[in-house]
Amino acid sequence: MQFDSNLPIYTQIINLLKTQIAAGKLSGGDKLPSVRELAKELKVNPNTIQRSYQELEREGLVFTQRGMGTFVTQEQTKMQALKKSLALEVVNNFVTNMHKLGFNNKEIFTMIAELVGEEKK
Amino acid sequence: MNNIVEIKNLTKIYYDKIALDNLNLKIKKGKVVGILGPNGSGKTTLIKILTGLLRPTSGEVLIDQQKIGVYTKSIISYLPDRNYLYKWMKIEDACRLFKDFYADFDANRFAELLDFMQLKENMKIDTLSKGMHEKLNLALALARKAKLYILDEPIAGVDPVARDQILDAIINNYNENSSMLITTHLVSEMENILDEVVFLKEGRLVSKGNAEQLREEKGKQIVEIYKEIFAQ
Repeated sequence: MQFDSNLPIYTQIINLLKTQIAAGKLSGGDKLPSVRELAKELKVNPNTIQRSYQELEREGLVFTQRGMGTFVTQEQTKMQALKKSLALEVVNNFVTNMHKLGFNNKEIFTMIAELVGEEKK
Repeated sequence: MNNIVEIKNLTKIYYDKIALDNLNLKIKKGKVVGILGPNGSGKTTLIKILTGLLRPTSGEVLIDQQKIGVYTKSIISYLPDRNYLYKWMKIEDACRLFKDFYADFDANRFAELLDFMQLKENMKIDTLSKGMHEKLNLALALARKAKLYILDEPIAGVDPVARDQILDAIINNYNENSSMLITTHLVSEMENILDEVVFLKEGRLVSKGNAEQLREEKGKQIVEIYKEIFAQ
């Protein structure tokens, strides 16, 4: 994985794991790779992975069981909230970019309605 | 004390050239620290002083609270930036040499590392490619159970596959009880494995800090900060 954005590495890893959880690649109750495994896979310092896991745990998205590892939460409300916040981010970015291109809200609505409508058919 | 290395007012002058200019630096235990700077910034001079190969012109260096000497050499495992093994040797001879020299050399661990690097004991030193040399030297350095590993340009001039193997070996070797000091000018390839970074410019320490904190503060990756400091 390439880390090239302007965010710290641990934030980028958090975002990566959140996306995997939201997309169902990691489901509730699944075990995350060990800190060392993920460090090797992503070629980053184990302390960085540790920090990402701690942050995710603080947010309640994963929990640690001593000697067993780190697991994805099974609380549905947390999962839902995560999905929603990630989706909101995507929509926000989209709207900002559309505004930059000079579209107003109404035009954006029409465009989406057309697009989604087409997919239905 | 939590510092494995303490450097106070360190200066090194070669005739009329100042290689290190009043350097002050503390390195905490259990950290992976990158010494970053272009060629000629003083990285290798600093390392040679830490390993006892050069004497400082002035200033003080303590490693694990001791002055440079027999003890500090016994706890430092050093990967030089050039080959130092005899050409007539096979890898197994190099292994025996290290076993004789260093009480903390773990032959089993060396065998594991060789296997990981896809090297064989019966290979002759003078038939190894540059990348294989680098991997062998790193395997020898990491097979010691040292308190401080000093790696001088561990990935310079090796291909991307060998580079990944070297990075993997370094990450695997990481543990909280030992520290690593790595010099490099290949910042983008190395920056993700560093806890702390130190920028050296013309023998002076121009900036240092926790890598993640620097990324957060500046909103940039370390390689971009590096370019800012050194591009002129």
